[in-house]
This record gives sequence, structure tokens and C-alpha cells, in this order.
Amino acid sequence: MARAIWKGVIRFGEAVVPAKLYSAVTDRRIHFRLLHGDDLVPVEQRLVHPRTGVVVPRSAVRRGYRLDAGTLVMLGDDELATLEPESSRIIDVKRFVDPSRIDHRWYDRPYWLGPDGDEEAYGALSSALEDAGREGVARWVMRRRTYVGALRAERGRLALITLRSADEVVADAELEAPEGRALSAQELSMARQLIAALAGEWDPAEWHDEHRERVLELIEAKRAGRTIRLEDYRSEPTGEEALREALAKSLEAARNGQAVA
Amino acid sequence: MPEERPARSARGLWNGSISFGLVNVPVSLFPAYRQVSTGLRMLAPEGTPLERRYWCPRHEREVAYDELVRGYELDDGSFVVLTDEELEGLEPRKSRDIDLRRFVPIDALDPFTFDRAYILAPAGDSTKPYRLLADAMEESGTAGIATFVMRTREYLVAILARGGILRAETLRFHDEIRTPADVDLGERPDADRRSVEAMKEAVARASRDAIVRSELQDEHARRLEALARGKRRAGEGVIEVDEAVGEDAADGQVIDLMAALKQSLRAQPKRASPDASDTGSSAKELASRTKAELYEEARRRDVPGRSSMSKAELVRALSGRRAP
Repeated sequence: MARAIWKGVIRFGEAVVPAKLYSAVTDRRIHFRLLHGDDLVPVEQRLVHPRTGVVVPRSAVRRGYRLDAGTLVMLGDDELATLEPESSRIIDVKRFVDPSRIDHRWYDRPYWLGPDGDEEAYGALSSALEDAGREGVARWVMRRRTYVGALRAERGRLALITLRSADEVVADAELEAPEGRALSAQELSMARQLIAALAGEWDPAEWHDEHRERVLELIEAKRAGRTIRLEDYRSEPTGEEALREALAKSLEAARNGQAVA
Repeated sequence: MPEERPARSARGLWNGSISFGLVNVPVSLFPAYRQVSTGLRMLAPEGTPLERRYWCPRHEREVAYDELVRGYELDDGSFVVLTDEELEGLEPRKSRDIDLRRFVPIDALDPFTFDRAYILAPAGDSTKPYRLLADAMEESGTAGIATFVMRTREYLVAILARGGILRAETLRFHDEIRTPADVDLGERPDADRRSVEAMKEAVARASRDAIVRSELQDEHARRLEALARGKRRAGEGVIEVDEAVGEDAADGQVIDLMAALKQSLRAQPKRASPDASDTGSSAKELASRTKAELYEEARRRDVPGRSSMSKAELVRALSGRRAP
């Protein structure tokens, strides 16, 4: 039974939609511990004064904000506490926009929203967002932190995806595309045909983290005292002259339904 | 294979190849995000920045980073030790390239799946294969899908082209995303036709044409900076630290990775041959990287406590050894 991690109230204009928040992702990574090599005992981390080598207990640690090179400003716990946002249950929708306005590079962590009491309002909002093709930009405070997120209809339910801050994402306009001699029309045409030959549906269930499986096998082999074979590999870049030939061969293989490369 | 590494100018976080059929496009991978740090450091009561060190509770002594190993905990509480060489050696040949075997419509990718974004720069002697792929892909409106291994993790990745630039966006694997059923969310509750219409009107009234960037700003970071600036003006709690010894990276260096990316997109790197097994770095080489690069590497290697480490601490944590 999945537990809601937070409860809030979606608000905009006169609309009020109480909702429960559930994490929509789950961590499947393999986690390791840092051990002392001599005795395989997990190590602890300590904060040490660089000159005296004395361990400073957590309770005595102060915080410093780095303003410029060489300048820190010490901030007290009481001062930091004044910056904490006021706690609130409101998921404040600032505006609704066309979903194409929200670049997926801004998406950070997704959450499912479930109804919290008022099923009618929840059903109405998810239907309305779906019908109107709109996505909301919302702000809320959760666990003493302010979040910005995209509110959207997803598979008939409501979802909230936290967004990265505007300052963080590198804008397209900041970058210039690589230049060089004009591309050959024939090569471009072959590249397009190769893409078309490899076109297919997006089925997420087809893609697996095989590395995870192999790591778990390696762990099992080492536990059982077996040895394992290791490989080394580097690929050779395709030179300009070889480009056309490589494209032609790939295209032929793709058309014949063979595995390319 | 010669041991000598190419000059490390304008190299990204990962250097490898995109394979597109039999065409190999050497690329260098850069983050599409700037490192936004909270800026908060841990200090001793009198203001000296503290270092994070490891302690062995059995030996009751400090343990240097090169005395650490990486262990996987078994059910009985014992550990199996794994090295980077072993983890990387596990990879079948093709998994070290971004091998584009499937092109899907960009619109089909569900927003829950996007994890982190990167920008790819050409890394070979010629930009031609890169430009060819970018051009052909952009026109098709598709994303190339592949899995590949970077360091010790496998990533599902979508390669997209926009404005002549190739991007890599890592995607969450299918089993890392919860379905509504996984969180016991029932079917959509029925709503009265009139309440749906009323809600649509409310949504329309709150709708705008565009996003305002100020609504996407991190207010807390801004308030924190304002507080620190105010205290400096008042001359309170200001601490001068010697950064000449490399204890800290200048804020200016945070954009160095951006500068490297721009340089890679503009110039044709002469000797930046792809180096798919780019691991194990000397302290000297690490010190030449920016703090942002080191942080990104520490994040990938799951170095604990990395978010509050100084540049020197990151170098120490990453140097002279492969990840434990």
C-alpha cells in the first residue's frame, strides 16, 4: 500500500482541489557502501579542522555562504531559519499554458496526485486539463522547501512534475551549432532513409537496465569465489571519406531487416 | 593501445561514440544544467572551512581515500568488494557506444521518463558525421533511443537534435516509474458534466500564452544570497579564506564547463580521440578540471558528502584511484 508523502490543496481563481501526493519514481540502482579496505568495515564521515585535525561535532558546525572568491559570510541558524518559507498546504497554480511551453529539460521529479476527499473536484480538474490541453505552473512549500512544478493530466489522473529553476537550464540561444563544409545532398538523403528504416514505436518496456543484472551476477560470482572475464573496447570514428560507404551499407542492412553494425 | 591521453582541452563528462548504423560519430558529453549550489559551506565555530574525512570505527583512526573500497552488502551483513575495472569490464562491446537502433517520435516520450539533459559536442577530426546526423534527425522529428554505459551505470538515453546541436537526455527505465496502480490510485473519479465545464472555464481564465521565467526562479537561493550580501555590507561575519591553494573553486569556474562546451561546438578538437574507458585520474589532472566537472563526476560515482565538498576535497576524493 503506497503511502501519500504529502497532502495539499490545488488552488487557482475560485477552484479548490484537495490532493494527496505520491512519488512516481522508485530507486532501482544498486547501492554500495564505502569500506575500509583493511577490514571491510563501513567507514564513518567526520568533519575535521584542516589545520588542527580535530573532529568538530555536528552541533558546533556553522554555515558559511560563499559570496566571491575568498569571501565567506557566516550565517547563524537563526538567520537561516528566517529564510525558510512559511509552511502551507496550498499548491498555488500561477498560470496554465500550452504544454509545449514547458521544455522537458526542466522536468525533474514526477509525482502522482490522488483525490483527497473531494473526488468530484479532482475528476473535474483532470478532465478539464485533458480536454483543454493545458498544463499548469504551480508553486508550493513542502517540507520547508519551495517547489515549482508542472501540473498536468496524465493517464486520466493528475500529476505534478517538479521543475528545475530557470537559472539552471542552459538556454538554446547560448550555444552555436558546429559549422563546416556543406553536407552532401546524397549523404543527407541516405541518413534520412536510414532514420526512416530504423523508425519505430516508443515502448518503454522494451528497454532494460542490463548492466544492473550483470552487476548482480558479478556480485554472486565473487561471493561464490568464481572468476569473471573482463573486456576492453574502443570504437573507431568514421572518417569523411568512409561516410558514404558506411551509410550505404547500413541502409542496405536496415532494409534487409538485419541488425546493423 | 597507447597509454598517453589526449590533451584535456574541452573534454566533457564522458567521451565516446554515437553509432548510427555503421557510422561512428565521436562525441563529448556536457551537462545542460549549470551547477546551482546552495553556496553553504561547513565551518568551524571560528570560521575555518572544515574538511570531510573518513573514519574507521574498528581501527579508530582516519582512513585516507585510497584505503577505501566499494562494497555491496549481502543479507548476512558481510560485503562483496567490487572495483571500477570489474564493473567496466562487465560491459559487452556495444554498450560502450550510444548505439542508435531505434528512432521514435519525440512527442511519444512521456514527461515522467525524462531524467537529466546533456549536450553533445563533436569530438572527432571532422564535424561532418555529427552535422549529418543532427540535420537528418531534426528534420525527421524523431529521437534516437539507446542504452549505454557511462562509468559504472547503464543509462537509457534519447538523442535529439535542435538547432544543429545534438542533445542526450537520460530517461528513467520503465521499472523506475510507478504506475497509478503502483500507488493504489483508482480510476479517475466521475465528475458531473457541469463541474467539468466550470473547471474548464476556470482553467481558461488562468491561462496565458507564455511562461514567465521569474515564476521558475529559485526564491530561496535568491534570499540566501541577499542575506549574505546584506551581512557583508554591515561588515558582519565576513571571513576571508585563502583560495590560492585550490581549496575552493571560484564561482567563475562554474561556467568553465560551459566555456569548454562552447569551444567544442565551435572548434574542431585536434586530438580529442574518443576514450570510452576514461577512468582513473591523477590528482594533477583532476585539479585542472573545474569544480563543476568534479562535482558531476563525484555525483556519478556516488561520492558521499559531495555536495558540501570544496574543490580540493573533491580532487582528494576522486584522485589517484578509481572509484571504490
